[in-house]
Amino acid sequence: MNVELSILLTAVSVAIGCSLVGTLLVLRRMSLISDAISHSVLLGIVLAFLATRDLNSPWLLLGAAAVGVLTVVLIQLLLGTRRLREDSAIGLVFPLLFSIGVILITRMAGDVHLDSDAVLLGELGFVWMDTASLLGMELPRSFLLSSAVLLANLLFVVLCYKELKLSIFDAGLAASLGFSPLLLHYLLVSLVSVTAVASFDAVGSILMVALMIAPPAAAWLLSRSLAQMLGWSALLASLSAVGGYYLAVRIDSNIAGCIAASCGICFLLCWLLAPERGLISRWLQQAEQRLLFPAQMLAVHIANHEGRPEEPVECHSGNIAEHMHWQQQFADEVVAYARQHRMLREQEGILRLTEEGRGIAEKLMLHG
Amino acid sequence: MDALGSLLSDFTVRTVMLGCALLGFTAGALGVFALLRRQSLLGDAISHAALPGVAIAFLLSGSRDPLVLVLGALASGWLGTLLVSAITRSTRLREDSALGIVLSVFFGIGLVILVIVNRLPTAGKAGLSTFLFGNASTMLTRDVWTICLLGLACLCCLALFWKEFKLISFDPQFAASTGLPERMLDTTLTTLIVLAIVIGLQAVGVVLMSALVVAPAAAARQFSDKLLNVVLLGGLFGALSGIGGAMLSASVEKLPTGPVIVVLASVLTLLAILLAPHRGLLPDWLRHLASRRRIETRRILQALYRLVESDPDPFRPHDPNALQAVGLKAARSTLAVMVDLGWVEYSGERGWVRLTAEGWEEARRSIGGELPA
Repeated sequence: MNVELSILLTAVSVAIGCSLVGTLLVLRRMSLISDAISHSVLLGIVLAFLATRDLNSPWLLLGAAAVGVLTVVLIQLLLGTRRLREDSAIGLVFPLLFSIGVILITRMAGDVHLDSDAVLLGELGFVWMDTASLLGMELPRSFLLSSAVLLANLLFVVLCYKELKLSIFDAGLAASLGFSPLLLHYLLVSLVSVTAVASFDAVGSILMVALMIAPPAAAWLLSRSLAQMLGWSALLASLSAVGGYYLAVRIDSNIAGCIAASCGICFLLCWLLAPERGLISRWLQQAEQRLLFPAQMLAVHIANHEGRPEEPVECHSGNIAEHMHWQQQFADEVVAYARQHRMLREQEGILRLTEEGRGIAEKLMLHG
Repeated sequence: MDALGSLLSDFTVRTVMLGCALLGFTAGALGVFALLRRQSLLGDAISHAALPGVAIAFLLSGSRDPLVLVLGALASGWLGTLLVSAITRSTRLREDSALGIVLSVFFGIGLVILVIVNRLPTAGKAGLSTFLFGNASTMLTRDVWTICLLGLACLCCLALFWKEFKLISFDPQFAASTGLPERMLDTTLTTLIVLAIVIGLQAVGVVLMSALVVAPAAAARQFSDKLLNVVLLGGLFGALSGIGGAMLSASVEKLPTGPVIVVLASVLTLLAILLAPHRGLLPDWLRHLASRRRIETRRILQALYRLVESDPDPFRPHDPNALQAVGLKAARSTLAVMVDLGWVEYSGERGWVRLTAEGWEEARRSIGGELPA
């Protein structure tokens, strides 16, 4: 398998795996747990390595996952004392575990290739050098590992879809129906830990955090259901991975960093451009509503005085500002808006409703 | 002691210790405000978000002057916090996600720039791992000066706006209603926190600097409810961790300074949570036990009183097991406490107890009954 394809495949499978569990983290307000776990797994890897003296041992995966879960348990314990808030508890636990990991590396493992830079940064560019064969194909080891994790995450999301949805959107109901939110919580945390370890040697922990949070966050701005959000975040994560790779090739820089950067660009685009929830469409909506509501008021005003003796005064286009208590300039704007939207027309200086405008006014008066 | 003496007379060690102490003090004191405003994890985000600033500052100036790098870090850390608040204000995303995005994306961008910077012929080793994990043992006099200067500036600013910062930390709505420029003060305070973080990056690194903001402040919070005390204690704990870490790593071979500082600060915090006089878990538990014991003795005293209430001889001994009839169980230890108090005495050899005059009076008073005729 050629170099480019192995890097791309690994990057995409890591990206999708991360984005699936990331979606759940973002929705459960646990985004920073991924940051905490991605740092503290270092301790698990070091401990398992010191025990087995083998960098390829599956124990590394298990040890790291165990420490990942331990991180969350410790955070919960600290929260249980009610002496700290959640942010402080997280900020206390993971640097401690990480520091112990760094100290152990410096003291014990100095002579092997296990340095903390690699954990944080990873080197996607070299995944093709370490291969294993599966079904007669030589595939990068990182790719095999990350697709196994991707499969596990996918299974978790598909099998527990209903339960997850319930526990995210109504934890109380989930508990009262007899689902165990705690079990799901720890299952999720374990998967995040395993994903962190599987990703770390390919892409490093910082990129893992970027892939776990940015695409789901962007997806949340685009979607209306959990399924949509999962789909969008997998798509956005894969796009960022591929885009980041080509960016890295173009400017000849670190692949993991470029993928993180393209996750950021992806989020920025969604933030600006998302239909309905994006910044730009919100500005447009607000600008629209600034005139829409007064125009509706005006329609009601005219409907009230239509065909009555006072109509020539109340509905005269020159008197609108006074009768509606508006500034003259604003009144002109509103009248222009209403005419533009065919809510009213002017006849000999008197404003009259169109059919459409009358419909709007009647509907408002009926419900108001 | 000799070892300590020679350690203290070593110029390099003294420099490092001084730097770490100042760093710890500033971060600990400012960290208290981060803690109160639930911004503890902002430290984590800022310290990561500072990387592109450092890289760009190096790229533009070509110098490794700590002041220039700190300014770069400050600029991008600050931009990061602005983005976090812009994201949380304008979307449905919550702060945790906003922090995570800023943290990882900025760091990724910084990484990309740094790789490019490192390829330049002028770069030498700009030392990414120094930035990540810090390297306190190579701290130079000019680094200490930078820390000293900026740290003091932070603390002076804190002292100057003490009253205002206190107000916006505890009751921002009230602060705004009194006409204080709340938004600006908020930004200033955040900037100070950012500054306190970025001056430490070179020494203890990204991951560990965030801990130095959280841990000493969390420890100090357990000891007092007064802001001034907590801030001073936070500074003290930070400084102590800094000094301790610098000394330990100087005296033991292959012990990195930054992580040791973090471990010390964290252990300090855990001890504070366990042992602090008022809020500590252990004193709390002891108080709980004592008050349970107090209630227990009251209830047994009253039960004993009920037994003899209509008895012509109020001091008749009773079998303590008789209390089971009213659903109480008199443990030996509780009775022993009551004997110590002089409310009850043992009578005869069967282990029966009777009220003393004092106990009878106490029981009557606590029930509010009448004197027998």
